[in-house]
Amino acid sequence: MNESNQQAGKIYLVTALVMLICGLIFGVLASLSYIIPGLWNHMLGFSSMRPLHVSSTLFWIFLGSTGCVYMGLQELSQVRISGKLAAIQWVLWIIAIIGIFYSYSVGKFGGREYWEFNPLFALPIAAAWLLFIINFGKAVKAIKNWPVYIWMWMTGLVFFLFTFTENYLWLFPYFREHFILDTTIQWKANGSLVGSWNQIIYGTAFYLMERIGKNQEIGRSRIAYGMYFLGLLNLMFNWGHHIYTLPTDTYVRYTGYVVSMTEWVFFARIIYLWKQSVTDIQKNYHYFPYRFLMMADIWVLINLGQAILMSIPALNLYTHGTHVTVAHAMGTTIGINTMILLAACFEFLGNKCITFHPGNRWLSFPFWITQISLLVFWLVLNIIGIKKGLWQMSQNQKPFNTMMESMSGWFSVFVYSGIVLMLSLGILAFILIRAHVRCREKQKTEKQIQVLI
Amino acid sequence: MKLKPVNIFLFMCLAFIVFSSTIYIKPYILNKYKKNPQLIESSEGRLVWQKYNCQSCHQLYGLGGYLGPDLTNVYSAPGKGELFINAMLKTGTPKMPVYHLSEIEQTRLIAFLKTADASGSADPRNFTTLYNGMILAK
Repeated sequence: MNESNQQAGKIYLVTALVMLICGLIFGVLASLSYIIPGLWNHMLGFSSMRPLHVSSTLFWIFLGSTGCVYMGLQELSQVRISGKLAAIQWVLWIIAIIGIFYSYSVGKFGGREYWEFNPLFALPIAAAWLLFIINFGKAVKAIKNWPVYIWMWMTGLVFFLFTFTENYLWLFPYFREHFILDTTIQWKANGSLVGSWNQIIYGTAFYLMERIGKNQEIGRSRIAYGMYFLGLLNLMFNWGHHIYTLPTDTYVRYTGYVVSMTEWVFFARIIYLWKQSVTDIQKNYHYFPYRFLMMADIWVLINLGQAILMSIPALNLYTHGTHVTVAHAMGTTIGINTMILLAACFEFLGNKCITFHPGNRWLSFPFWITQISLLVFWLVLNIIGIKKGLWQMSQNQKPFNTMMESMSGWFSVFVYSGIVLMLSLGILAFILIRAHVRCREKQKTEKQIQVLI
Repeated sequence: MKLKPVNIFLFMCLAFIVFSSTIYIKPYILNKYKKNPQLIESSEGRLVWQKYNCQSCHQLYGLGGYLGPDLTNVYSAPGKGELFINAMLKTGTPKMPVYHLSEIEQTRLIAFLKTADASGSADPRNFTTLYNGMILAK
C-alpha cells in the first residue's frame, strides 16, 4: 500500500489529537468553577467553557473515528477512497470547528446539550458526514462478505447522520411547542448518537484486534455479530433510561429499561477471548495498541456494572441528575472510547515509520498515570454523585448551595485528578502528534535523497 | 428467508422507524397539538433558554449541567416562583452572572419555565417504586 494513500486517515487522527488536547484544557478550566465559584464570570463564563470542553471532546471522537475508518478502508479496499472527498470533508469540519469555537468564545449560543452552537454550524458538519458516507459507500463496494467491523462502521455512519438530523427537529414549531415530546426526542437523539459513535469505535477495536492478532475469524465470529446486533438494539431503543422521571409514555420507559439490561456483555468477553489468542511476539510488536485495548476491556467491565445499575429505574432515581451520570460519561468516553482511539493512533501513526518502543518511559509513565488518575477521577465523581443523590431524596433538604459547599473537599480532588489526567493524556497526544510530524519530515528527506541519487 | 445480517439489520431498522414514528406523531393523533399563544410563547422561551445556554449549569428533569439547581419546578416551588426568577435574572449570584435579558426575553423564559413546571414533577421524592423496579410519579 502506498504511504500517501494513508495521509487522509492520518490527517484526521492528528486533528483529532489536537481536539483531545483542547478538550482536556477546557475541561480543567471549566472544572475550576467548582472550587473557585464565579471564576470565569468576567471572562468567557462557565457557559462558554463547558460547551468548549464538550464540543472539543466530541470532535476528538468524531474525527478520530473518521481517521480510523479511513485507515481501515485504505488497507482493506482494493479501491482507493477519494482523497478529494476526504479533503473537502476535512475542510468542512475545520470551518465548523472554527465557527463553533468562535461563537462559544463570544457567548453566541442557540443550540442544545452537546450542540450548543447556532444551528447554522450544523450544516458543514452534516455536509462533511454526507461526504464521509459517500466515500465509505464507494470503498466498501469492493469488499465482499463484510466482516462485522464494516457493518459497525456503516451503522455508525448512517445513524450518526440520522440522530444528528433528529436532534434539530426542535427547529420545527410542532416539536418545540410540545414540551414532553420535545424533551423526549432530544434525549432519544442524544442517546442514539452515543450508540452510533460507539458502533464506529467498537468496530475499530475489532479491526485492530484482527490486525494485531492476524486472525480474520475475530470479525466474522457469531459472538462478534451477536455483539453488533446487541449494540444496534441498544443504539435504537435503550435511550429511554435517560428519561425515567420525564412523564413520557410508559412503553418508552419500559423499552429503555429492558434493552439497557443487555448492554456490553459480549464486548468484554470478546476482548478477553482475543487476549488469549495473541502471541507474545504480537503483544510486543504492537505494545501500546495492545495495552490500550486491554485497558479499554477493564474500563468496559467497570462501566458495565455501573451502567446496568444506573438503568434500573429505582436506583436511577438516586443517580439521575447527579455526578454519577458524569462519572459514567467520563468512564466511557475516556476509559473506553479514548483508550480504543489511542490504541488506533499508536497502531496507525507509528508502526512502519516510527516505532514506539515498549521501554519508552515517556509513554509508559503517562499511560499508567492516565489509568490511575482516571480511576480517582471516576471514583470521586461517584462519591459526589451519591452524596447529591442522598440529598435529593432526603426529606429535610438543605439549600442547593449549602449541599454543594459541603462537598468542596471532594470537588478539589475532582479538579486535581482532572489536572493530572489532562497532563498525562496530553503528553500521550503530544508524543503522537510529534511522531507524525517527524515521520512526514523523514519521508520528505527520503524522497529528496532519492531525487538526488 | 435466511437469517443473513442484512435481513436482521433491515428488520431492526423497520422496528426503529415504527417506534420513532409513534413518538413523533402522538401529540397529533391525540389532538394535543393545538396552536395557542401560551404554547407559542413558551416555545419561544425555550429558544431564550438555549440562547443564554442556561442548560450548561441548570437541569430540566435532571438533564443538563450540574453547577446550578434543577429548574423544572422552580415556578411553583415554595418561596420561589415568578418574582424569584425575575430577581435572580436581574441580580445574578456569586456563581451566576447577570445575563441582561430584555423584557420580552424574560417574559418568554418565564413562560417556558411555567410550561416545564406544569408538565410534571422532577423531584425524585415524588416517585414510588413498583415491584419490577420501575418508578411511577405519585
